[in-house]
Amino acid sequence: MSALIYAFLAIGAVFNGLGAVALLRFPDVYTRIHGATKCTTFGSIFSILAVVVHGAVRGGGDGIGMVIRAALALVFLLLTNPTGSHALARAAHRAGIKPFQAVVDRLEERK
Amino acid sequence: MRRVAQIAATFALAFLVYLVLTIPSGPLGLWSLDELLAGAVISFLVALVSYRLLWERGGGRLLQPWRWVLFLVYLLGPFFLAMAKANLDVAYRVITGRIRPGIVRFNPGLRTDAGRTFLANSITLTPGTLTLEVDEATGDFYVHWINVRNVDPTPEEVCGPFPKWAKVVAE
Repeated sequence: MSALIYAFLAIGAVFNGLGAVALLRFPDVYTRIHGATKCTTFGSIFSILAVVVHGAVRGGGDGIGMVIRAALALVFLLLTNPTGSHALARAAHRAGIKPFQAVVDRLEERK
Repeated sequence: MRRVAQIAATFALAFLVYLVLTIPSGPLGLWSLDELLAGAVISFLVALVSYRLLWERGGGRLLQPWRWVLFLVYLLGPFFLAMAKANLDVAYRVITGRIRPGIVRFNPGLRTDAGRTFLANSITLTPGTLTLEVDEATGDFYVHWINVRNVDPTPEEVCGPFPKWAKVVAE
């Protein structure tokens, strides 16, 4: 079981790391949102899964509480993260930031 | 009267979530008195602010239990698969820097708020696609795509099976 926990933590750390690299490498706000919010979500899912497995293995009142809270944290992460990144991106576009090297910008054409 | 019922139902939902979140917290049964009070006050405030968003324009349909079962199937099956694939794809683009970004438009043909929110959030959670705007009148989605393969794509090209699932689960 601890092998599974370590595997989940490793996957989580790798994708969170990639999110940080994406923040440095990508050219503009939209592509950075891709890297920095989604890769970290995927990484955090696995970190939380590691906590869930740890809680389930530990058992008892504490363990069950850990599983329930971690699972709820996952649900809220999945609900709020896309809403937040959408709000950021939409605000950026409304503020007039053009997507870098865009091959097409249909939203700009609409205005 | 209907408004009171809507507020009460929203309050009950919020309070339930709060109770689950704080489950074994006190010596008096499962919850301490402090937690119960704080939860009641917070849930009431949340209910006052958000009941309109929840019940008007058909949001109450999301409480039907078979939708939840379908939602779980979707989350663990096609959605997780697509998300894993897209994450590996973006990981490749992070390392190599090969991107071809752009904002594309497509119309998945969803009519309800719930369906559109469902699809928009699914698209945004998948790396490589990011919903910027949904046209309320026409239902057009404006999506920032990190690797544009087609300037005028079909919904399937951008987000695979998601629109079909959005129709089944949320509309």
